[in-house]
Amino acid sequence: MLYREAGDFSTNYREDNQTFPIKFDRYRYYAIMLIAFLVVPFFVNDYWVNAIFLPFLIYAIAALGLNILTGYCGQVSLGTGGFMAVGAYAVYKLMTAFPDVNVLIHIVLAGGVTALVGILFGLPSLRIKGFYLAVATLAAQFFLVWVFNRVPWFYNYSASGQINAPERTFLGFTVTGAKTEAWVAYLVCLVFVTISAIVARNMTRGALGRSWMAIRDMDIAAEIIGVNPLKAKLSAFAISSFFVGISGALYFSVYLGAVEVGEVFGINKSFLVLFMIIIGGLGSVFGSFAGAAFLVLLPVLLKNVLVGYFGWQTDVAAHLEFMIIGGLIVWFLIVEPHGLAQLWRLGKEKLRTWPFPY
Amino acid sequence: MFKKTILAALSSIMFAGPALAELVVPWFAYRTGAYAPSGIPLVDGINDYFTMVNERDGGIGGVPVRVLECETGYNTEKSVECYESTKAEGSLVYQPMSTGVTYQLIPKATADGIALHTLGYGRTSAANGRVFSNVFNYPANYWTAASVAVNHLLAENGGSISGKKVTLVYHNSAYGKEPIRVLEMLADKHGFEFNAIPVDHPGQEQKSQWLQIRRDKPDYVLMWGWGVMNSVAINEAANIRFPMENFIGVWWSGSENDVLPAGMRADGYKALALNAPGTDYGIYDELKANVWDKGLTAGAGDQIGSVLYNRALYMAFLTHMAIKKAQEVTGVADISQADMIKGMEALEITDAMMAENGLKGFAPSFKVTCEDHGGSGLGAVQQWDASAKTWNLITDFIEPDMGMIAPLIKEDSEAFAKENNIAMRC
Repeated sequence: MLYREAGDFSTNYREDNQTFPIKFDRYRYYAIMLIAFLVVPFFVNDYWVNAIFLPFLIYAIAALGLNILTGYCGQVSLGTGGFMAVGAYAVYKLMTAFPDVNVLIHIVLAGGVTALVGILFGLPSLRIKGFYLAVATLAAQFFLVWVFNRVPWFYNYSASGQINAPERTFLGFTVTGAKTEAWVAYLVCLVFVTISAIVARNMTRGALGRSWMAIRDMDIAAEIIGVNPLKAKLSAFAISSFFVGISGALYFSVYLGAVEVGEVFGINKSFLVLFMIIIGGLGSVFGSFAGAAFLVLLPVLLKNVLVGYFGWQTDVAAHLEFMIIGGLIVWFLIVEPHGLAQLWRLGKEKLRTWPFPY
Repeated sequence: MFKKTILAALSSIMFAGPALAELVVPWFAYRTGAYAPSGIPLVDGINDYFTMVNERDGGIGGVPVRVLECETGYNTEKSVECYESTKAEGSLVYQPMSTGVTYQLIPKATADGIALHTLGYGRTSAANGRVFSNVFNYPANYWTAASVAVNHLLAENGGSISGKKVTLVYHNSAYGKEPIRVLEMLADKHGFEFNAIPVDHPGQEQKSQWLQIRRDKPDYVLMWGWGVMNSVAINEAANIRFPMENFIGVWWSGSENDVLPAGMRADGYKALALNAPGTDYGIYDELKANVWDKGLTAGAGDQIGSVLYNRALYMAFLTHMAIKKAQEVTGVADISQADMIKGMEALEITDAMMAENGLKGFAPSFKVTCEDHGGSGLGAVQQWDASAKTWNLITDFIEPDMGMIAPLIKEDSEAFAKENNIAMRC
């Protein structure tokens, strides 16, 4: 009834190709953006930001990055944790080496450094595919964590081997360090997420994205129709690592403030982000957000309900959390193997004909 | 119906505020995951102690204590969530039970003005109260632990371990790396050969490390381990037939859960101790009368009397005394977060106080001042008797080499102060 194309006329190509062709969708999107930017910052406190919004937004960027590589270009990667660590250590080295340069520039540069490292570890993808490539990226994961633990230069020779984000400001507001206001941290991450999502969306529907998808669907056929696999694969690795690097940099500098590479950027992180895109939906920008929300917000919600409301023992709640989330993952994958994004798509199809389906 | 339940749940989460005066002691528990063998006895001990205080005395100064348990699984992100969710409830002092999380919380807790107590772990240089206004690591820290262990070896070898080989097996994290600097300096000073072998989180796989030890044949092995890493290491040491009496763990690597899996082969394994093991103390009668017999035992109740359970009683006792001190100093029963820092800074633990609380001879006495947040630094050595399944203290409390450690603490903390523009206090 409300959700339909009828009456919404496109008079030029631009309108025809917009991300949200349906008016209702478009207004919903504007409304979410308005609320996220203009309403939420006035109501958030430390808990909402540090426990809910920051992890969600930062993981969403990581999931976007991995989705470009795995979902769009079909190259399975288990190195996400390692690439996030590159972003975190790059931003740390930049912040401490050039304290006068703005930290937001450092975060973007950290993404650039990660992109270079990503290209390096993406080189094997020109020769190997599938499981074998997954193992090669797994090697990257272990190698990178080992390097950051082993070479003292990366952590500025600190005795504990940890890296700590120094205090940095932007336009007079503290962005990193303990004195950061909740809403500032939230807005910084939100800006990065928004730009990343818009860039990712536009890249994946342009020529570059089409060449990635061609490689994903059948690499030999893609080569025959003129897609350069070297360019397509390495650009996917570079751009994906760029986003993952930015998420790692934000994760360290804005969210945690102090990081221990082995525990925080271990193999578990790689799996977590991979699960996010599998559950959310491979090859979908919305799926990256849905997957991140599912795996970040649900545990917190369950904890608050089980411990906070029912007053259960914390360990019983923690075990139950594992079971519920594990069960839901299995259930989702059986019911809809293409993830939450596909459910969303189906829901929208149904809405178009509601209330008179044919 | 379902909707109503959810709504009620959400609203109660949002609007649940403290109605009555209470003293909130948050506790970062880990009853799950690879660190659960170490985490469970600690959280049970804390809960039992404060249940006893509430049941027996009706709280501290008439105000009941609420232990706010938050499950972290020794995970950094969950710890952040726990910190934020418990902060608003008026938490008096955070005891994160993880050195990594301590590093994370030091700037946050300082900005929020909440005390942080890291008993025998955490950032060593936090002992300098002139720089760290609200971080306490009394009564001992990793650097004193390293020195106590070396002093014990010196005493065993008639004052000289020159030319001996000492290997450190450590958890590859801020926790395990902390003592390396001091051990290297001690190696220079006493002329022993030192090398360090890392074990990556969580430490379930240590075959290659112990193969290396078998090849190197060190005279002594020290260990900085936690959680499941401890029992794996002791098992591996038994597999390569390393003499257990030459294997010394830090005080976090010496509880029943660590040695029992290796059975008789763990006989003779040594560990440092901050407090005495065993149940031969008056407090155990009080716990029995006020907690266990009333059916208020925390957890499964199978950790009672273990080394880490005793450690938790000690931590709870020190928190109890600090709250009491804060009430005394400020004259308010329902103390605030800022009052708690004052109480901790004025804390003095005497033998008489310990005897009064059923802990006679449990641990050495010490005094905290504005400048010194580090306490005495004393540590003893305990040894595992596998046939009787008991830990026994085999030494008195040993003095660390403070002449070497104090300047190091000063140097490290002042570097931190300079980096973060912190003005010296006191």
